[in-house]
Amino acid sequence: MSDAAKESGGRGPSHRGVEIGVAAFMALLALIGIYGSLKVGIGWGAEGPKAGFFPFYVSLAVIIACAVNLAKVLASADEGELFASWDQLKLVLAVVIPTAIYVAAIPYLGIYVASTILIVAFMKWLGRYPWIYAIGVGALVPFLTFLMFELWFLVPLPKGPLEKMLGY
Amino acid sequence: MLEDVGNLIHGFAVVVQPFNLLLMVVGIVLGVIVGVLPGLGGANGVAILLPLTFSMSPTSAIIMLSCIYWGALFGGAITSILFNIPGEPWSVATTFDGYPMAQQGRAGEALTAAFTSSFVGALFAVIMITLVAPLVANFALRFGPAEIFSVYFLAFCSFVGLSKEPPFKTVASMMFGFGLGAVGLDQVTGQLRLTFGVEQMLNGFDFLIAVIGLFGIGEILLTMEEGLSFRGSPAKLNLKVVFHTWKELPRYWLLSLRSCLIGCWMGISPAGATPASFMSYGIAKRISKNGHKFGTGQIEGVVAPETAAHAAGTSALLPMISLGVPGSPTAAVLLGGLLIWGLQPGPLLFTEQKDFVWGLIASMYMGNIVGLLIVLTCVPLFAAILRIPFSVIAPVILVFCAIGAYTVHNNTFDVVMMLVFGVAGYFMKKCNYPLAPMVLAIVLGDKAEEAFRQSLLASQGSLGVFWSNGLVSTIMTLGLIALFWPIIQAGWARLRGRPTGLRAAE
Repeated sequence: MSDAAKESGGRGPSHRGVEIGVAAFMALLALIGIYGSLKVGIGWGAEGPKAGFFPFYVSLAVIIACAVNLAKVLASADEGELFASWDQLKLVLAVVIPTAIYVAAIPYLGIYVASTILIVAFMKWLGRYPWIYAIGVGALVPFLTFLMFELWFLVPLPKGPLEKMLGY
Repeated sequence: MLEDVGNLIHGFAVVVQPFNLLLMVVGIVLGVIVGVLPGLGGANGVAILLPLTFSMSPTSAIIMLSCIYWGALFGGAITSILFNIPGEPWSVATTFDGYPMAQQGRAGEALTAAFTSSFVGALFAVIMITLVAPLVANFALRFGPAEIFSVYFLAFCSFVGLSKEPPFKTVASMMFGFGLGAVGLDQVTGQLRLTFGVEQMLNGFDFLIAVIGLFGIGEILLTMEEGLSFRGSPAKLNLKVVFHTWKELPRYWLLSLRSCLIGCWMGISPAGATPASFMSYGIAKRISKNGHKFGTGQIEGVVAPETAAHAAGTSALLPMISLGVPGSPTAAVLLGGLLIWGLQPGPLLFTEQKDFVWGLIASMYMGNIVGLLIVLTCVPLFAAILRIPFSVIAPVILVFCAIGAYTVHNNTFDVVMMLVFGVAGYFMKKCNYPLAPMVLAIVLGDKAEEAFRQSLLASQGSLGVFWSNGLVSTIMTLGLIALFWPIIQAGWARLRGRPTGLRAAE
């Protein structure tokens, strides 16, 4: 992976930085966990240990483990290793952003229409397929899913205005 | 013992019903596809398809889902050998010698060896399960809360001691999983905790969503980053090559047996198939006469990791059905399925759900035989799937992941969480945090906590309850040994004045 990063220009966030970020973020969430546990009580109650007892010590363990991980990263020499190049991260974002829009659109458009749009957009812009292929696959996959889930296995999926118009 | 044989035969009778046989074939084919595609692995493949089984009988459902698992185990080998892309983490070690063999035009030989040794490994593990599982379950019926907690303790400690990742990262990700599992309703007191008044957090984090996000979306992001272009060797497999290879394979019986044992051991302790395959490969490399040639296309280098991976993947179900402690993420998903179908996992399963348990065990035998036949005959078809460009596959997988996440609770917020888990999984994976312990911790968090608190309640808060009798002390001590295994190993090595064996071999 680091070879690929070097070939594609070799610029990007450092592995060290991301490593520190991940450890710090986990520790932060664990701190929230400790706060929440303290709120419900971590001591001994009528039914034995209180509700916050277990999450408190678990969060404490996360913080200790993250502290050790952080210390290890900080103690090691910075070898300039990249987390990923910006080009690679751009590709990752090219998946994350459309997926985020897709996820946000599901409650409004229904899963079938949203899926069609996601597949068509993906094939068109990332795969550079002609419209006809993109729309073909984009329509076929949700249609087959519809048959399989709604009709054969009777599992209802979120539906939007289009399905309502068609009477489902 | 005799009664078990009768039960097993009854199980076979259940499995060979036409409907169940059909589900088996469907499961295997879906499983191989799931195993071949990047971004869809055994665990999240099963998680996504779980909702389809809600309306089936539990026995039919488990047959289909476990067959998806067998299929995924087989499928991983196809991409490793033909494309040098491990479809599953446990087939990474298979690429070392499998891909060079394919480049030398011996793809057929490598594939046959891989499938056959997978089959042998799985069969060994199933026979072990058949013999051992009823005994373990019977034994475990006597367990009280302290013993149950000690089993969980051992399971999670083994993760820390045996996994390849840095121990403190394993601890961090595991404890984080426990924390996520604790969110929502407290099972013991019925109190809400860690929800901070957010309505969506009342039900806590479902591990199925975590599985689909961490393993599904996370994996797609990783694949995307590497900008994969699939260029593989042609997949041809004719009967002549198959029989020729089969004639060769018995020579490696000792290697197979050793790999089976490694696989079973690693599978029962929740280290899982991936370290098992590496360990088996490492040991084979050290012991074999041709050890120095490993990596250039040695058939032994394919047999060793595949046998161990399949043995481990299969034996991971032993603690799941006999104790209710899954040995791998996929086993955890199957366990989640049991809960959804209304079955209580654990030792009682063997007495209360005979049909289900023995149907499952019988389907392990049948599923692996059917699986071997399917993969041997259909390799070119499956390999063709990988030739579909990733820009077509990726959105389709995303859609399936979203559907899978939604159907768990019919909740669109879960789909959002799936994406969050996906991005988290991407960062964690790249920073070497193991994901399997986290998933298992989310699944088992409630049960482990309940057992822990019940034990403490009985002992009025004294931790001595975990060392109160021979059985529980033994399991707890084993757990502690597993937890501090890296330190013990290093200390031992210093004492003996030589480098540690296994670690060096890996």
